[in-house]
Amino acid sequence: MTLLELRGVTGGYGPVTVLHGLDLSVDEGEVGVILGANGAGKTTTLRAICGMLGDVGGKVFFDDSEITSRSTQAIARSGIAHVPQGRGTFGDLTVDENLRLGAINRRDGGVDADLARWYEQFPRLGERRSQMAGSMSGGEQQMLAIARALMSRPRLLLLDEPSLGLAPLITREVFDRLGEINKGEGLTMLIVEQNASLALQIANRGWVLETGSIVVQGAAADLAADEDVRKAYLGF
Amino acid sequence: MQLFFDQFMNGIGAGVVFASVALALVIIYRTTGLLNFAQGEMALFSTFVAWWFTDRGLGVVAALLLTIVVSFVGGAVIERVLIRPVENSKSPLNVVIVTLGMFLAINALAALIFIKPGQEALQMPLLFPDGKTLGMQTATLGRAGILVAECVLLYLLLQKTKLGLMLRAVASNPESSKLVGINPGAMLMVGWAIASSIGAVAGVLAASRGTGSFDTSLMQQVLVYAFAAAALGGFDSPLGAVVGGLVVGVANSLTIQYIHALEGIELVVPFGLILVVLLVRPNGLFGRNVVERV
Repeated sequence: MTLLELRGVTGGYGPVTVLHGLDLSVDEGEVGVILGANGAGKTTTLRAICGMLGDVGGKVFFDDSEITSRSTQAIARSGIAHVPQGRGTFGDLTVDENLRLGAINRRDGGVDADLARWYEQFPRLGERRSQMAGSMSGGEQQMLAIARALMSRPRLLLLDEPSLGLAPLITREVFDRLGEINKGEGLTMLIVEQNASLALQIANRGWVLETGSIVVQGAAADLAADEDVRKAYLGF
Repeated sequence: MQLFFDQFMNGIGAGVVFASVALALVIIYRTTGLLNFAQGEMALFSTFVAWWFTDRGLGVVAALLLTIVVSFVGGAVIERVLIRPVENSKSPLNVVIVTLGMFLAINALAALIFIKPGQEALQMPLLFPDGKTLGMQTATLGRAGILVAECVLLYLLLQKTKLGLMLRAVASNPESSKLVGINPGAMLMVGWAIASSIGAVAGVLAASRGTGSFDTSLMQQVLVYAFAAAALGGFDSPLGAVVGGLVVGVANSLTIQYIHALEGIELVVPFGLILVVLLVRPNGLFGRNVVERV
């Protein structure tokens, strides 16, 4: 079943149009990855989905309902968790408070159980639960941002360059975790990434963006295996 | 020694008002990053509302409690109707101009509504009886008690409730707040509402000092002292606002008593003090140096 679908989405910042009619869709349980160089429109695509762009043309569907003109907070409440570029943690709140904010709109009684669970999964966060989020290292903050997104029990997780600013070893760990979570929970993900080889390893399908248009798309394994695509767009 | 002690407590009694207004300033600054120049006049309007309730025969405590509620709603309405439309404008100065306009407009409106032609001042019933408790003015103790209660309530609200967590989240990172599903606009309204309620308490405390007579100039000097208090304590620190308010109150009171050379310009001593503190600690006594690792 299709969980997220973009139909002819256009958008940008003020007079500058960045996206020129994107069509893509992600099925439930899948990991999709958007690849491309700097300035290709990857981040803008995620912002368009989340209602963080002023003017969005075309249509965005989530779970069969159109969310194109909804507010960011309404989209978040409908089940899309977005880990923005630069992680977007609440720097002067504690790790514990950051995670509780992830679950701020949940009305079920399972929040404490989930907290305990993510502390177990990410022991570094458990050790630092009363520390200010802003004082942690980049890798720890990335884990925190992901855990916070998961605290909302989302149906779709959007990740914007989770590898940005992280050491290669930490990046690998982040992607391993994401892969485990996708397999373990069947959580649907849409990841924007420059590190193509790592991202394609955990993905089912991928799109390569160039100046706001999709130039190549296909199954992740095919993209990774295609010599021409790798040389031309992915750089590995 | 007794004189020193009396003057010290006198300063605390005045400082409570500065601390309350400073607290309101800090709440709005933390949630919106805005200095609300109309805070004093909003408090003045609340004070008139409280007076109106007492004039209708209500006891002063009941009037104060009712006014807190009215001010809460009023603060929220002001944010929604006057501040929100200019908040997203290109220049942050636009909001400052709006609060300056409110400063003048609210003052004039209060005079128009509550003061009859020819009337000079209104009379606020005293909150506390004359006399002494434990060798101190009962009124001073009571006022300090109100400030403590205010601080405890505010602490519990901000640190122990879900609403408080949401308020702090919006202050910390508005963009991320939206991403976890919080409506920042609603939180800004609540921030203004809380500040307006705290201002109401400050206004009634200011009016019920001494003889209880007050007019439309009640909060004008108070606002200057409150800004000084907030700068001293650090604009992002509620604790700093309270300590700053009390320090400014006491410094002012002791200057009047002991430094006769500065008679009439005793204002310079607290401000000299603040200058020194800010030279040494630019973020104020309790302000945070924002450190962020990336």
